[in-house]
Amino acid sequence: MQFRLNGADVEVGAHPMSRLLDVLREECNLTGTKEGCGEGECGACTVLIDGEPVCSCLVPVSQVEGAEVLSIEGLGGNHPLQKLFMNEVGAQCGICTPGMIMAALTLPDDPTLDDVKTALAGNLCRCTGYSAIYRAVLKWKTNEIQRADATQEIQR
Amino acid sequence: MKTALSDLDLRVASSVNEALTILRDEKRTPIAGATDVYVGLNFGTLKPRQYLDIWALDELRTISTHDDKLIIGALTSYTSLMQSHIVAERVPMLVEASGLVGGVQIQNRGTLGGNIANGSPAADGVPVLSAVDAVIVMRSVEGERRLPINSFYTGYRSTVMRPDELIVAIEIPRVEGKQWFRKVGTRAAQAISKIVMAAVRSPSPKIALGSVAPTVVRARMTEQALAQEATIDEAARILGEEITPIDDVRSTADYRRRVSMNLLRRFWADTA
Repeated sequence: MQFRLNGADVEVGAHPMSRLLDVLREECNLTGTKEGCGEGECGACTVLIDGEPVCSCLVPVSQVEGAEVLSIEGLGGNHPLQKLFMNEVGAQCGICTPGMIMAALTLPDDPTLDDVKTALAGNLCRCTGYSAIYRAVLKWKTNEIQRADATQEIQR
Repeated sequence: MKTALSDLDLRVASSVNEALTILRDEKRTPIAGATDVYVGLNFGTLKPRQYLDIWALDELRTISTHDDKLIIGALTSYTSLMQSHIVAERVPMLVEASGLVGGVQIQNRGTLGGNIANGSPAADGVPVLSAVDAVIVMRSVEGERRLPINSFYTGYRSTVMRPDELIVAIEIPRVEGKQWFRKVGTRAAQAISKIVMAAVRSPSPKIALGSVAPTVVRARMTEQALAQEATIDEAARILGEEITPIDDVRSTADYRRRVSMNLLRRFWADTA
C-alpha cells in the first residue's frame, strides 16, 4: 500500500486496518506522533491527511492509500512554529506538542484568539494551561516573515 | 490497539453498488470516518470482525435540494456541513450542532450517516434531525426505503436497519419556525453531551432531546401542551415527567431532568 508521507512516496506492508498512528510509529519509525487517549479526545496523534487535521489513532491505514500525509517530522525541526513553541514555553511534558502544532498549521491568516481556541479545541494539554500555546500560535500567524518561512519549510 | 489485527478483515468498496452487493452476501459493519468504530477497536469493546470500508464513496458526499427537500449524502462530514451555504440557510441549527461535535479532527472525519447508524442517544447531530422530522434513506440491492428518523431507533443503540442496508442520504423537509439548539457538556468542545436539545418554534413546536432516554427522543406531550398554549411552567413539568434520564459517568438523572426543563424555558424565551 502506498501513500505520500512528508513529501516522499512510501510503501507499507501493514494490515489494512492498522491505525495510521501505529504505521507511522512502528513501520515508518516516525515516533514524533504521540498516542494519548486512543479515542479521539486528546488530539496528541494529530497529523494532516490531504491538508486536514485528523486523529491518526482513528484512521485505518487503508484510507490513506494515495493520500498526502504530513506528520510533525515533515516540518523538519526548524519550523518557525516549532521555535515559537520553545521560545514561548508552549511545551512542558511535550506529549501534546506535535498534535498542537499539526492542528495549528491549518489556521487561516490573522486569526483571532477565539479562532485559535476553536482550531485547537480538539487538542488537550495537562501542563501549560494553554496560554503559552495560544501565544506561540498567535505570534506565528501574525508575523509575515515567519509565515513565509513556514510555507517554504512545509513545501520542502 | 487492544483488538488483534490478525482477527480483523476489511473489504474496500469503490462504488455504492459494489458496497450493497457485498452487504447482501456477507455480514460486514460499514466503516466511514471510523471515529466511533476505532474507539471500540482501540478499547477491544467491538464484537464485529468483518468490516466494509465505504469512505471512498464520493457519490454519498453531495448536498443538494429537490423541491422543498434538503438532501444530505450520508458521508457528508461535519466540516462539510459547517461549510455548506444551503445547510446554513435551511437548517442553521445543524451547522451549530456540527461545530460542537468533538474538535476539528473529529469534524473532519465524522459523518452524518455514521452519527445516525452508530445510534448513540448522546449523538449531537441526531436531535436536530429528529426536531426537523428528517427522513433516513436506506438502500440495499433490493431497492431504497425511506423512514422518518423518529421511527428509526428501536432501543439503546438499536435501529430498524437490516444488515444488507446502507444509509445513503438524509432528507430534511423545509423547516418553518425559529430553530434553537443547545448542547450541555462538561466543556464546550470535545465533550460528550450530558443533555442536548434541538427545537423549532412554530404553532406546533417541535422538541427533541439527546442523552435523556435510551434513544434520542421527541417530547411529544410537551410539544402538545405548548401547542395548546399551556404555560411554560406547566410544559416544563410535563417534560420532566416525559423524559427518562439515567445516572451514568457523565451526569445524573436528576441533573439531566432539571437542566432539560431549564433548556425548555430558555428555548421558549429565546424564540418568543
